[in-house]
Amino acid sequence: MTVAGSAPRAPRRTSAQRVLVRTMSNRLGDAAMALSSGFAALVVLAILLLILFDVVRNGVSHLSITFLTEAPKEGMTAGGIFPAIVGMVEMVLLMTVAGVPVGVATAVYLHEYAPAEARLTRLIRIAVANLAGVPSIVFGLFGLGFFVQFVGAGIDKVFFHGDKVYGQPALIWAALTMAVLTLPVVIVATEEALRAVPRELREASLALGATKFQTVMHVVVPQASAGILTGMILAVSRGAGEVAPILFTGAAYFLPHLPKGLSSQFMTPSYHVYVLATQSPDVDATKPILYSTVLVLLALTFILNIAAIVVRARVRRQSGLQH
Amino acid sequence: MPAERRKPTSSTTSRFAAARPPRLELAPAPKWHAIVEWGLRVLAASAVLAIALILIFIAKEAAPLFYSGAIRHEVTLAKMWFSQLWPGYDEAASVWQPVSEIPKFGVWPLIIGTLKVTIVSMAVAVPFGVGSALYVSQYAKPRTREIVKPLIELLAGIPSVVLGFFALIVMATWFQSWFGFESRLNAVVSGVALSIAVIPVIFTLSEEAFRAVPRSYVEASTALGAARWQTILRVLLPAASPGIAAGVALGLGRAIGETMIVLMASGNAAIVSANFADSVRTISATIAAELAEVVFGEAHYTVLFFLGTLLFLATFAINTVGDWTIRRMKAKLGGAS
Repeated sequence: MTVAGSAPRAPRRTSAQRVLVRTMSNRLGDAAMALSSGFAALVVLAILLLILFDVVRNGVSHLSITFLTEAPKEGMTAGGIFPAIVGMVEMVLLMTVAGVPVGVATAVYLHEYAPAEARLTRLIRIAVANLAGVPSIVFGLFGLGFFVQFVGAGIDKVFFHGDKVYGQPALIWAALTMAVLTLPVVIVATEEALRAVPRELREASLALGATKFQTVMHVVVPQASAGILTGMILAVSRGAGEVAPILFTGAAYFLPHLPKGLSSQFMTPSYHVYVLATQSPDVDATKPILYSTVLVLLALTFILNIAAIVVRARVRRQSGLQH
Repeated sequence: MPAERRKPTSSTTSRFAAARPPRLELAPAPKWHAIVEWGLRVLAASAVLAIALILIFIAKEAAPLFYSGAIRHEVTLAKMWFSQLWPGYDEAASVWQPVSEIPKFGVWPLIIGTLKVTIVSMAVAVPFGVGSALYVSQYAKPRTREIVKPLIELLAGIPSVVLGFFALIVMATWFQSWFGFESRLNAVVSGVALSIAVIPVIFTLSEEAFRAVPRSYVEASTALGAARWQTILRVLLPAASPGIAAGVALGLGRAIGETMIVLMASGNAAIVSANFADSVRTISATIAAELAEVVFGEAHYTVLFFLGTLLFLATFAINTVGDWTIRRMKAKLGGAS
């Protein structure tokens, strides 16, 4: 029996060889890491481009001015999406009017007034974070249960002797549901903008004898207006694209006329895409219209998002914050 | 006029009183300022109010399930959660058939469907989300980063109905020809489509987490002779893991609750099976597809609101954990981001 140490074995590597092996394996490891992460990023970008390419290629052919200015015709196999565009604009305007002031006020309170450790402050922050995570279909249920069945039916009982006027899905309820949904978007963007306003500006204003409220209204908020705009744009983009929250609160398959008032239903391109893609009796006949509607919707949200990115980049550069 | 504001410190308490400059006389802020500021506070509480109202009003519509005799005659919690021996079936089963002669409200097909789609989407979204975050934060040149990052964030701006449309019209056909799926719409197609919505969530938070890791960690590791990949695997990833975990949690919340993509691309068949190539029906898609056709206040309506409450509570729990993790990470790393 031989002692282990005396067994014949491969010649020891010289230190130069060992360094070489280690360098090689490290190079290999580095290359693998860089390649795999780069591949992941490439695939994600490819998906984006693929969707864009497919939608533009198939959507452009049917796109024209009349597509944007005509109503759907012949069971939605011809014509345009004019009523949907009008419906979306009205809904988004109402949503902005209702939601943005509340969002801005919340952000101003949180950033300018709220004591960081107070229970209310913490509660609000938790609520905002969670509101952003509530599934959009749950907003739909909420809109139906609260706005339509509770507020709307209540208004009917008091003002319309129980006739169904507001106690049914309507433009106003869809817009308010969407306003609640987009509240966190506005709050987060506004707060980021407020954070970027330099302390010195506030101090200078206070030192000149302005009250806290005057400082906030005349110095801080105007300085943050670009950021507030960003939040508004993002909220509009979100509101224009969401479908689930308006399924039961006001969106209509098809309306021969434009919405007549706050209590009427409305069409919107996002819901129109869903209807055309899933409920159409003749899929092939509606396909060109479907693609063009998607193209319009996608172009709209991309333009809004790019605008938001540009405005935000400018804000960040001005404030010199590193993000 | 503002006598109480001027109230001097009594000269006996401070020996240096004489050296102080004269006090500034400021007019008190008008009263309406205080009122408006109080109003701001009330408006700020509206986010809390919104969350509370959401829970109250969906739970309210689901509540008759627990006390209404007429509804309990048709469906009870036990009938929803435990397999029942339905007429025409050989053995006890959990079946979702709300619109049939004997309405059946077994929730397991929906829960299993939701899980299957979620598993597929997370299995795709986590590696690609974290991987691209790693690339953008560690390998990309600044100029590349300035292009790639906004583009991936742009992906987050694609409305889910457009992703659903893309999955339904384009992806489903491709997947069927690649993998030979029997049913065109299934858990794989909808899960992969769903991952497109989840990737930006995971990407954004992971990228932030990678960049929040202090430079000194990386420098120390390099100084000890570690190669770059070793530094990334053993130093950077562990240090950024709370942020990545938060991103995964928020992505999970998004995946479970997302509606339009699964509604359009999952096939909507409530089947209990382990096969990912079968059509599935998720909780969110069930609510979206069925609520429009139910009679208000009936058993089916009540059950759908009950499912909504479940969905709300599940995502609320996941998001709370995710949000808490983010806060802890930011506090730990000194708010570097």
